Amino acid sequence: MNTIVAQLQRQFQGYIVSLYQQGYLDNQFTELRKLQDEGSPDFVAEVVSLFFDDCAKLINDMSTSLERPDHVDFKQVDSGVHQLKGSSSSVGARRVKSVCIAFKECCDVQNREGCLRCLQQVDYEYKMLKTKLQDLFNLEQQILQAGGTIPQVSMN
Amino acid sequence: MGMETESQFHVLAVDDSLFDRKMIERLLQKSSCQVTTVDSGSKALEFLGLRVDDEDPNVLSTSPHIHQEVEINLIITDYCMPGMTGYDLLKKVKESAAFKSIPVVIMSSENVPARISRCLEEGAEEFFLKPVKLADLTKLKPHMMKTKLKKESEKPAKEEESEISKPGIEEEEAVIEILPLHQELESEQLETMVSSSSNKRKAMEEVISTDRSRPKYNDITTSV
Repeated sequence: MNTIVAQLQRQFQGYIVSLYQQGYLDNQFTELRKLQDEGSPDFVAEVVSLFFDDCAKLINDMSTSLERPDHVDFKQVDSGVHQLKGSSSSVGARRVKSVCIAFKECCDVQNREGCLRCLQQVDYEYKMLKTKLQDLFNLEQQILQAGGTIPQVSMN
Repeated sequence: MGMETESQFHVLAVDDSLFDRKMIERLLQKSSCQVTTVDSGSKALEFLGLRVDDEDPNVLSTSPHIHQEVEINLIITDYCMPGMTGYDLLKKVKESAAFKSIPVVIMSSENVPARISRCLEEGAEEFFLKPVKLADLTKLKPHMMKTKLKKESEKPAKEEESEISKPGIEEEEAVIEILPLHQELESEQLETMVSSSSNKRKAMEEVISTDRSRPKYNDITTSV
């Protein structure tokens, strides 16, 4: 039993470290994990889920706004990017946030092509992160089911 | 929720984003505060018990009169909100005789110095850059303590406290004695300050430097 738990914990640690190293996550994700406890054991998963739902909706709305070349609602796009940037920042979704920064720049100069590219990129990034985090949460579940505790990962 | 600590602060959090409300709620709960969240400035005013005339009439919820005698120790609000901004809310609170003593904290995802000083000048105690961290919330305690102490000093002889549900006055006095100097200094400092001063500038500097002082990720240690 112990070895299984230890193995899983090592796997978890390795995986989450790699997510930080590859730039998927940043310090803010660590902050998020601090808010989870026995009273709110699913906090991170809930918040992350909310974030991904937001992503899907905002991307969809922005896509509609950018659809017609002659009639782009840049104000709406700007609002969407602003929200996305905010929530990705709060969750620690570093790559998504980076794209949002570039996205905002395209929006500011009303560059439709640039916006479309960023939109595609942000869609890709959030979906990628979603898969990665799902894997991470699965590992967590396995650890808990094996009777272990989820390791703390602290950054210096 | 089990409340062993007698001084449970009640914070009213205002943000139009569901996501941000969830975040700030958890942050505050983790800091041992009781939280009420609302999604607009007008709902915040309603919750406090202020009439909302010219604002969004759709604000009224199912119960006709939300006139609550709830003691709010702090209001924390987002700056960018449709309709009534956090700044508008701040102004309304500070203009009201009944609620101007409630400390107000503004949050924003944008670091705009002009915005920050405007809010501080209007009477905001702190300005937090989003994402707000647990460590930021430790700055709130002194402001909230002030309101409790103020209430205590305003009612020296009263033994029954209807607003603050405490087991006994003696314990309250004990709390005051434990932190006399710090609290006295705080309230004195703030009473002598009429407009923005070093105290507030410090807050602004603190806030602006938060970004820079955030530790860059270079190493991870893991512990089980």
